[in-house]
Amino acid sequence: MDTLLQQLVNGLTAGSVYAVVALGYTMVYGIIQLINFAHGEVVMIGAMVAFSIINLLVPSGLPPLVIVLIGTGCAVPICMLVGYAMERLAYRPLRHAPRLAPLITAIGVSIILQHLAMLVWSRNVLAFPQIIQSRTYFFGGAAITSVQIAILAICLALMAGLAILVYRTPLGTAMRATAQNAQVAGLMGIDINRVIAITFVIGAGLGAIAGVLFGTYYGIAQYTMGSVLGLKAFSAAVLGGIGNIPGAMLGGVLLGLVEALGAGYIGDFTDLCTWGLPLAACEAGGHFILMGSNYQDVFAFIVLILVLVLRPQGLLGERVGDRA
Amino acid sequence: MKNATITVSLLALALGAGCSKQEPQKAADKGKAVPAAAAAVEVKIGHVGPLTGGIAHLGKDNENGARLAVEEANAKKPQIDGKEVKFVFIGEDDQADPKVGTTVAQKLVDAKVVGVVGHLNSGTSIPASPIYSQAGIPVISGSATNPKLTEQGFKTQFRVVGRDDQQGPAIAQYLAENNKPKTVAVIDDATAYGEGIANEVEKTLKAAKVSVLPREKGTDKTTDWKAILTKLRGRKPDAVFYGGMDATGGPLIKQGRELGIKAVFAFGDGACTDEMAKLAGASAEGLLCSQAGLPVEAADKKFLEAYKKRFNADPILYSPFTYDATNILIAAMEKANSSDPAKYLPEVAKIDFNGVTGKIAFDEKGDRKDAEMTIFTMKGGKITPVAVIKSGKTTKWEEFMKR
Repeated sequence: MDTLLQQLVNGLTAGSVYAVVALGYTMVYGIIQLINFAHGEVVMIGAMVAFSIINLLVPSGLPPLVIVLIGTGCAVPICMLVGYAMERLAYRPLRHAPRLAPLITAIGVSIILQHLAMLVWSRNVLAFPQIIQSRTYFFGGAAITSVQIAILAICLALMAGLAILVYRTPLGTAMRATAQNAQVAGLMGIDINRVIAITFVIGAGLGAIAGVLFGTYYGIAQYTMGSVLGLKAFSAAVLGGIGNIPGAMLGGVLLGLVEALGAGYIGDFTDLCTWGLPLAACEAGGHFILMGSNYQDVFAFIVLILVLVLRPQGLLGERVGDRA
Repeated sequence: MKNATITVSLLALALGAGCSKQEPQKAADKGKAVPAAAAAVEVKIGHVGPLTGGIAHLGKDNENGARLAVEEANAKKPQIDGKEVKFVFIGEDDQADPKVGTTVAQKLVDAKVVGVVGHLNSGTSIPASPIYSQAGIPVISGSATNPKLTEQGFKTQFRVVGRDDQQGPAIAQYLAENNKPKTVAVIDDATAYGEGIANEVEKTLKAAKVSVLPREKGTDKTTDWKAILTKLRGRKPDAVFYGGMDATGGPLIKQGRELGIKAVFAFGDGACTDEMAKLAGASAEGLLCSQAGLPVEAADKKFLEAYKKRFNADPILYSPFTYDATNILIAAMEKANSSDPAKYLPEVAKIDFNGVTGKIAFDEKGDRKDAEMTIFTMKGGKITPVAVIKSGKTTKWEEFMKR
């Protein structure tokens, strides 16, 4: 029971980070039907910038929380700039090109950003400074650290803030209008280019925060960290229904839970000895495990495949014929 | 008679110093022409290690060890086959790159070196070894620990440092003796190195009647260990061993402590670095880990002083081993009374040598017999030696240093 509860806590924390990253995918897709594969790299750059700033400030003797906040405060505008530049330079010229062209461009942008980061921050795994002393609390046998609580709270606040922005402000109305029909929205006096650029910028800002959260939670950052994280968040967005903002949040949390439970129990379920098979390896309490917890990363993609096969529109998405 | 020998050889030395390429040949001819007088014959000994790149400081340290041995040998005016010889040191840079390693090996073979000390990395030593083997040149590594190096069946390949597969049993033995765990969880990163060392640990623990939980696996890129650790927490192991590198081992121990696991965490040399303290912060305190060989401060005092005097710096890591390796080549030449690789190679294989890292003899594969393994713990953010394990016998670090 302790174990199950703990796996749920772990899954919820990882899942809420996925959800914030997934928002970046889903917002961009919702508005211009582009899967921005470079979004994972924006998250990575966010973590890297925060890493550099925090490292720079550690000797200054400021309180740890202030240092992390300044680090985040620098990472967010830089990532927003990257997001804007990406849209302006790589995607806007291709807005009326066939679907495939911007998609390939997105992959290209992702490779460029990754290698630029490699040049700046080296290939090494960087140790995120462990300045926040995380306290561990126990609830019914499950350990939860103060960092985990902070991550959950921040992610919840970001999601709520975004929901208010999209559904309660004039800018949100403009974004939704552009998503429904860009041409008509333009005729109504909405500056489409501006709205699309803002969408990219907001997504990148969320990505930057997710990057800092990821870095402080796991304690490491590397120039390749964006690719798997990005693909998982993309899977989460598809699970929830890509283009659908509440869907991305739900998808992220669900994916985190599926991963944690999957990795936690797959070894037991695929242990042929518990199935009572007469194998030589099973004698004297031995084990014959087909798939161990190193298959953790596979679950995100199994979920992606299952969703695409069984419910392509995702959990909360509506079936739309002309959108893939 | 003796005086005459010295005078002639001094003359030859003086001549040789002017133009080292051709004079020795003439000097040798002179030696023939004037019976009963010896001339300084040049004997080239090569050293290879990375002198540029991320671990250049370790490469330079290795080179310094070998250079010191050569200089000390020359100061004694060594004689081989009745002739005075002068050892010439050739230091090459392999950039820790396997491709450059083979190029440099060929370069040394072409330069007609009679023996090589190096390379520093297993990754460069393994592809270079067939080149030396073909040329019949003995090569002794002071730092390459991958078992494969001496498993290729080359008669010319030796090493004076321990092997990775002796490390697993050593750390497992220390864990079993020192912490007396009832149950141990073993995790690996699904790489050849991680799985290999984890298998050795599991074997040794089972032999010591310690129960081992079913193996858990991550990958060499895993950052989230919480699912595995949560599962393990439910089974209450007294110790956790991880076969993998520090980049994954750091997050592992950090997340383990966050989940409230109180077990001892143990690692192989891949995660036996100060980097662990940076990656895991205070969680890394008290971890156990192993390295093949001995920390530099365990080497003979005379060597440490001589090194400091000559290079104006302290030895870093493997220089005592390259120092010994070079001295073994020289001792074997003196024993065989020849600097011809084919003639002195058998003497290297059956050498019984008292070096600054202890007694050295080779087994039939070219590995050092009874190589030492050192166990470390993390103390104040630095890995600190706690014990030395040699042929299954554990010696506490303080006692080992008293010897």
